[in-house]
Amino acid sequence: MKNDKIIIASKKFNSRLIVGTGKYRNMAECAKAIKLSGAEIVTVAVRRVNIIDKKKPLLMDYIDPKKITYLPNTAGCFTSEEALRTLRLAREIGGWKLVKLEVLGDKQNLFPDMIETLKSTEVLAKEGFKVMVYCNDDPLMAKRLENSGADAIMPLAAPIGSGLGIQNKTNIQIIRKQTKLPLIIDAGLGQASDATIAMELGCDGVLVNTAIAKAKKPFDMALAFKNAVIAGRQSFLAGRINKYLYGNASSPKTGIIK
Amino acid sequence: MKKIKKIEIKVNGKFKSVTENYKISNLVKDLKIPLKKVAIELNQEIIDKKKISKIILKKEDKIEIVHFIGGG
Repeated sequence: MKNDKIIIASKKFNSRLIVGTGKYRNMAECAKAIKLSGAEIVTVAVRRVNIIDKKKPLLMDYIDPKKITYLPNTAGCFTSEEALRTLRLAREIGGWKLVKLEVLGDKQNLFPDMIETLKSTEVLAKEGFKVMVYCNDDPLMAKRLENSGADAIMPLAAPIGSGLGIQNKTNIQIIRKQTKLPLIIDAGLGQASDATIAMELGCDGVLVNTAIAKAKKPFDMALAFKNAVIAGRQSFLAGRINKYLYGNASSPKTGIIK
Repeated sequence: MKKIKKIEIKVNGKFKSVTENYKISNLVKDLKIPLKKVAIELNQEIIDKKKISKIILKKEDKIEIVHFIGGG
C-alpha cells in the first residue's frame, strides 16, 4: 500500500479521496474537514469577486493552494461555451491546467450533457488543459471521452447531492475494464460505505462533497470517508473470494469429537 | 475650470462611474483586488494581468473579476 499512489496527469497523489469545498457552514469548517479527510485535491468553483463586501473571507486564505491541489470545476455551467470560459479564467488565476469539466444538461437531476461535455473535452485537451471529466456511467461515452483526450473519467454514482450511492455497478465495472485512465466516482455518494464499494469495484478514487459537508458531524464523516477509501482500496488489492450459492464451512471437517 | 468627464462601465454586473483615462490597474487598486488571486475579463476577453496599467477603459466596457470559492 505504501507505494500505491494514484497518478493523475503524470502527478502522483497519496490520497484517493478528492473532496469538494462547497456547502460547508463556513470556511474554517471546510478547511478542517479537508484536513481530516486527508485529501490532497479539492474542487473549487470560479465566481465573481464580491466587490461590495470586501471583508468576505477568501478560500485561499483558508486552504493553501501550495499545499493542496486546487481542481477548478465548471459546476453550474450548462453549455460548452460557459465551461470553456470558466476554465480559461481559472487557468489565468494562477496557471491551473488540471481542471474538472462538468457541463450540465438538466437543472433538476444535474445529469451531464454528454454532447457538450465531449465537445469541451476536445477543445480543452487541444489547449493544453489536463481534463478530468464528469460523465454518465455510460461505457461508450467514457470511451469517447478517453479518445478525445480526457485525463480522468469521472462517472456519477447517482445524481449530484442525492446521496443514493452507486446505482449501476455493472457499468462502472465495464468502464473499469476498458480504461487505464484514472477512474474516479464523482457525485451521488451518501455514506462512507458507498466509497468503499466504489474502490472495491476497482475505481482509482472518489470525489465527495455533500456527503461530508452536510453530514450531521462533517468532521467525523470526513474521517469516515478517508478510512472507507483506504479500506476499499486494500480490499480490492487483496482480491476478494469467489461467490458461492451454498455454505462452505470454515472449520476442518476432520477430527470432530464423536 | 475644466470639467472632469465621467464614463460608465460595468464591473461584475454592477454599473460604476469612472473618470476618463481610468485604467484597469486603477480599478484593481480602488477595489482593493488581490491581483494574484483573481482573473480579469474585459468584454469577454481575458486580460494579461501584467498589462493592466496599459488598458484604458472605454464607455460601456464590461469587466468581470473572478476568483476561486468553495464548490463541488
